[in-house]
Formats: sequence, C-alpha cells, structure tokens
Amino acid sequence: MTYVIAGSCIKDDSCIEVCPVDCIHPKPGDPDFETAEQLYIDPEICIDCDACVEACPVDAIFPEAFTPEKFAYALDLNAEFFAQRSTEERTAA
Amino acid sequence: MDLFERLPTPWGLLRGGVAPDHQEIKRLDDTFDRETLARGCRLFGNVEVGVDVSHEELMRHYAAVIYATGAQTDKSLGIPGEELPGSWAATEFVAWYNGHPDYRGLEFDLSPRRAVVIGNGNVAADVTRMLVRSLAELERTDVADHALEALRQSRIEEVVVLGRRGPAQMAFTSSELRELGELDGVELRVDPQEVELDPLSRSWLEERGTFTARKNVQLVREFAARPERTDARRRIVLRFLRSPVEIRGGGRVEAVDVGRNEIVQAGDGSLRPRPVNGDVETIECGLVLRSVGYRAVPLPGVPFDERSFVLPNDRGRVLGADGEPLPGVYAVGWIKRGPTGILGTNKRDADETVRCLVEDLAADRVPVPPDPDPEKIVALLAERNPDVVTVEGWRAIDADERQRGSREQRPRVKLSSRDELLAAAKPAAERPTGP
Repeated sequence: MTYVIAGSCIKDDSCIEVCPVDCIHPKPGDPDFETAEQLYIDPEICIDCDACVEACPVDAIFPEAFTPEKFAYALDLNAEFFAQRSTEERTAA
Repeated sequence: MDLFERLPTPWGLLRGGVAPDHQEIKRLDDTFDRETLARGCRLFGNVEVGVDVSHEELMRHYAAVIYATGAQTDKSLGIPGEELPGSWAATEFVAWYNGHPDYRGLEFDLSPRRAVVIGNGNVAADVTRMLVRSLAELERTDVADHALEALRQSRIEEVVVLGRRGPAQMAFTSSELRELGELDGVELRVDPQEVELDPLSRSWLEERGTFTARKNVQLVREFAARPERTDARRRIVLRFLRSPVEIRGGGRVEAVDVGRNEIVQAGDGSLRPRPVNGDVETIECGLVLRSVGYRAVPLPGVPFDERSFVLPNDRGRVLGADGEPLPGVYAVGWIKRGPTGILGTNKRDADETVRCLVEDLAADRVPVPPDPDPEKIVALLAERNPDVVTVEGWRAIDADERQRGSREQRPRVKLSSRDELLAAAKPAAERPTGP
C-alpha cells in the first residue's frame, strides 16, 4: 500500500519534515519545487507510517485504501510524478 | 508579538479569498491559531495601520514591524467598456461571496444566461465553480448568506472562460482544472481545434514543460474528446488564445468582443500571445468577471516600489530610498514578492524574513523602541478606536458563526457586516439585547 497526496495540498512542507524515509517530493530547494503545484508521495518508498497524515494542516493525505472517490485520480498522479522525474534524471545524466 | 488586522476577523485570504467549496483548505485556520493566538500573540482587529495608528507610532512601541498586507487590488485589462455595469473584478465577486464586510453591499446581476470569466488562473477557476455549482452543494459551505440568496436566483447557464494563451500555458493548477471537468451536473466544453498545440508550444512542452503543464494539456485533450451532454444543468466553455478587446453594451454589459491570438517567441525566449489582426468574434453575455492578476497598494509611512508593486526589500528587509535596510521594518507574502505562489509558498517566504529578523536581533541591528511597554499600545488604540477586536472578541465571533453553522449543517454562517461582527465580538453583558 502507499499514502497519497490529493490536489488540496497547499505545499506546506510539514509532511516532508516528518517523513522518516524521505519519500515526499519535490523538496524546498529542488529545481522543480517552485513550479510544482503540490507535493507527491513515492509509492515505491512509502512505508505507510501515517506520520504525514498527522502533520498535514489541510488533511490532503490519505492511505490508498481510504482515498475519497473525488481524489481517486491522485494515486496514479503521485506515481506518475516519480516516473516522469526519474526519466528526466536519466535523460539529464 | 501582536497581530494588527484591518478587519474584525483574522487570517486574511484564508477567510476572504479561499473559495467556500474548498473547506478542507480553510481548516488551516487551526494551524494559524495554534501557532499565534493560542501562544499568547495579541490580536488588534478592526484596526487600520495608517488610519487608527501610524507606522511611526508602531515603531515607537515595537522593535520590529512585519508587513503582511498582501496585494489588495486587481490589475485592469485596459480595454474600452471595462467599467460598464456588469463588468467586475473577480476579486470583488470573491470578497462578496466570502462575506468581506466592505463588499457585502455589491449587487451582482445573475439574471443573464451567459457570463464571461477573463483569465486562466486559480481565481478564475474559483469564480467559475461558484457560478455553476448547485445550490445543494453551496448550501453546505460557508458562502455568505447574501451571496447564497443571490446565487439561488441565478439564471446563469453558461460560463465562458477566456485564456489569452494556449493549453500549454494555462495558469490553472491541474487539480483546479480537473475539478472544473468533474462538477456535478455541469458540462465542460472545449473545442478540439483549440486544444491543438502550435509548434512552439509543442516543443516547449516536450523539452521543458512542467509536470503540471503536461497534465493540463492531457486534461483539456480528454475534455475536448468527451461527447456532448444534453442532461447538464450548466455548462463551462474553455476558450484558448482569446483576449477581450472591448466590453460593449448600452448602459450595461451586453457582449464582449474577443480577438484571437497566436503564440510567438519573445526576445527572452518566453512564449507570448500576439493578436492576430482582424479575427474578432462577439460573445453575448450579461456578466464579466476579470481575473488577470493583482496589485499591492502603497502603505502610508513605508517605501513602495511603484514598478513592481511591492515594498522594496532584500529577503524581507524593507529598504529605504538609499537602498539600505530600514532598521526594524520587514515584509512577508505578496507585499514582499508580488502575487505569486500558493498558500504554502508563504511558509518558506516567512521563514526567510524571520531569519533576517533573528540575524538582525543577534547583530544588534534592530532598534530599541522608545516606549516598549506592551500596555501603551493598548491604551493608544483604545483612545482612537472604541471597537478594537481582541483575541477574546474573535473567539466570540468564531463561536457564534460556528454555532449558527451547526444548526444548518454548515461549517459556519459568516457574519458579514462590520456591525454584526463588532456586536458579536463584545462580551455578552455589553451587547444590546435584541428580539
């Protein structure tokens, strides 16, 4: 399973601060941070610890199995962000 | 630390800007409260700096003043007819439906069948949603009662949203755009031809497009491919590469003349819209909401950069005419960097300003105020203004609004006149007894 960030994310970085496995990106200072409209959770790395849910001030994070219907798109969106990112990193390298 | 606020209620755009149908974002007020008022920060609400108290007076009582006044006015289009009745700044509509006391008297005529929203940013998305949402949805929000009543009578059937650039350059976030396409009972229509990218935009998107830009283009393609709906209550039409050239009407808005643009590469490499001469169409409508950006206004007693519409500053230290920091004066948010970024952007922005303040304190660069007694400012304000809203006053307003809301299964029912707010802020013993 994984946790998922929905479009109501306001890019407050409290979740990044508490994530024990550093799976929430982009981070302040990353080249794509300013243009990102929200933060995303890497489903390959997330360990379902719930820390980000506690930290989020606008309740924008859900466990995959409890994601409301209107945010169902966010599961693919989070994964896709990291898929595109790694492509870019490979291309840049 | 004390918080000065021109309105009787704190939290600025969280209360007065964020759309009522985005209640999850409004929950941020808990965090704001926990980090400030709940930690002993005093509130001086209904106090206007420059009217009730001057900048110089603040500097006499405080070591540092941090301006966080935002960008309060809208940019104009600079086209004929902009001032016709029925043509509004989207921010006026926003302030009105959010119960801002200075805007509650505005009268929006929602009897026309078609409205035109000019702009492709998130405020344009907000006002569009508010025009097409069903009453059942609106009745569960904290939309101001006067706005709810007007929206109940609304006869708007179609909202045309004009973007001067193409789908690759939209300023919507993809989540706002997606939401426009998923509203209950609302058809979203996009002309497949307008979704075709020009060669410049196509190569930009492939080579340098952001994740959001790619998502946006993908979404409008999906929208354009949808079959037409006949069962929709209302319709949103997204138009691209279109700029208004004139708003027309005899005494009030009757139509907008819209010119077509093409995308060209500017000298700095950026992609810009350029009008295609002679290609003008007329869209009949009775309401125009203009949402093409914001501007800050100068504050009395502090320098202002008339070109960038911000307080001249270096990482939040406000600069004097000589380019040197004014000791003890700081800025944060839109008045510091201009109207860009989303809510969370301000956290990093504030962090930068506060770091400067802490550095200045450590280096003894912050002036010692002549009269630091924290009770002096209270006495001064009481002399000037009998209706200062304190933390207790705001808590009373908040409790009153939430209680009214709980009776109607709404998050709150906003008090939206200054008189109502000030009455609710007074201790029960001082309130006039009513029926």
